[in-house]
Amino acid sequence: MTAMTNGNAPHPMIKMDQVHKAFGDNRVLRGMDLTIPRGSSMVIIGGSGTGKSVALKSVLGLITPDSGEIYVDGKPAGSGDRDAFLARFGMLFQGGALFDSLPVWQNVAFRLMRGALKRPAQEAREIAIEKLRRVGLKPDVADRLPAELSGGMQKRVGLARAIAAEPEIIFFDEPTTGLDPIMSGVINDLIREIVVEMGATAMTITHDMSSVRAIADNVAMLHDGVIQWTGPVAEMDQSGDPYLDQFINGRAEGPIEAVR
Amino acid sequence: MTPLSLLARLGRSTLAALAMIGRVALFTVSAFAHMLRPPYYPRELALSLLQIGWLSLPVVALTAVFTGGALALQIYAGGARFNAEAVVPQIVAIGMVRELGPVLVGLMIAARVTSSIAAEIATMKVTEQIDALVTLSTNPMQYLVAPRVLAALLTVPVLVGIGDIIGIAGGYTVSVHNLGFNSAAYLKNTVDFLEPLDLISSLVKGAFFGVIAATMGCYYGMQSGRGAQGVGSATKSSVEAAAVLILATNFILTGVFFSL
Repeated sequence: MTAMTNGNAPHPMIKMDQVHKAFGDNRVLRGMDLTIPRGSSMVIIGGSGTGKSVALKSVLGLITPDSGEIYVDGKPAGSGDRDAFLARFGMLFQGGALFDSLPVWQNVAFRLMRGALKRPAQEAREIAIEKLRRVGLKPDVADRLPAELSGGMQKRVGLARAIAAEPEIIFFDEPTTGLDPIMSGVINDLIREIVVEMGATAMTITHDMSSVRAIADNVAMLHDGVIQWTGPVAEMDQSGDPYLDQFINGRAEGPIEAVR
Repeated sequence: MTPLSLLARLGRSTLAALAMIGRVALFTVSAFAHMLRPPYYPRELALSLLQIGWLSLPVVALTAVFTGGALALQIYAGGARFNAEAVVPQIVAIGMVRELGPVLVGLMIAARVTSSIAAEIATMKVTEQIDALVTLSTNPMQYLVAPRVLAALLTVPVLVGIGDIIGIAGGYTVSVHNLGFNSAAYLKNTVDFLEPLDLISSLVKGAFFGVIAATMGCYYGMQSGRGAQGVGSATKSSVEAAAVLILATNFILTGVFFSL
């Protein structure tokens, strides 16, 4: 693999080029192409099981694609020092993925308490409390265990952990799944605010259309293992793409087969 | 079913079994390699020492004391058939130290520790906590597996030593209080009869069984399938594999020490 060159234009932050991934006979990604410009917020939509999570985990190296290239900031993903590569990312997992055995502040400061970014415990705790405050949680939450928190609070803690080390790229995996509409709105607004304020590049996967409209600069629809449509969120409603129209309007009839 | 297809099925099963042995062997080597290289996680090691060592003491003590007592009764009853009741102290000592102490402690550790490690790591896997560790630049082999295997390597021989002593004490109590043995003579016979090699074999077996118990828990936990069924299946398989491997290793080690 060679690094991309693109004249004087800056590299896109993430570029996926003909990425294929199969699990046994199930061909999940069938030549996925995607470009995410630096500092933009891309939301990938698509039905359940269409490979959105696989695409996201492929960028992080949690899943190895069968073929195709993935570039992060112009360099092949996973090349060079793995820790330095991962230090550029923050990720909010669908279920929070908080560590049960650690109090909330240690979850948030996990990256700051070990490895290359290690800080003294007191400083790490202060940063954790500041990040908790940023996501709307009071400092008294810091010493509680994740199991003592509601689903919405766990999402906020996950968000605080994702931004604790001020990453350049943040991934959000189904950020509003399992939340009531009001809490979903709060989380969507928080994500948008934080991404803008940090100037980070964001990649979100969701099927929640309110999230798409709140978070996205650009939208990509994944269907049958390829990007069916991609463009600015403002153009999504007038795309003329029957697949996208069916999905965003939640219609049972259309080119996407709906099992009853 | 034709003979050829039966042969093919047998071949596939054999290859699958060999591949499995290879994967477990590589996993074990990797666990030891990760013990030796930084970063080290002393907090995780301390917690594992507590969980595997200290908190296993009650179950080990109860198992040993009842086994020692029952062994004394059995040897007395069996020995009486050819006027050899007096050998109770020697046979209890050698039976506990060479065989029953390490095997029973090993099996109790498989039941208590292997199952708990497998269930914990499998749950972490299905709730994406393992993926979260990776995205936070933390190697799960180093953070989760190495401390548990090292803790088992260090503590299970100690547990076996304690189990040996408590088992002999159980035999002593039954012999002195129920079978009319002289206390001082019983202790002298026990001490005089045991050789250093008996103790060494007991502790070496303990070290092997500890590594097997922790490694099987970690391996099956990391390989867990999805959902509650995946966690249940990983836990069941880990205990089965640990118990069978402990008994098989015991046979091999007994043969090795018998030949010395």
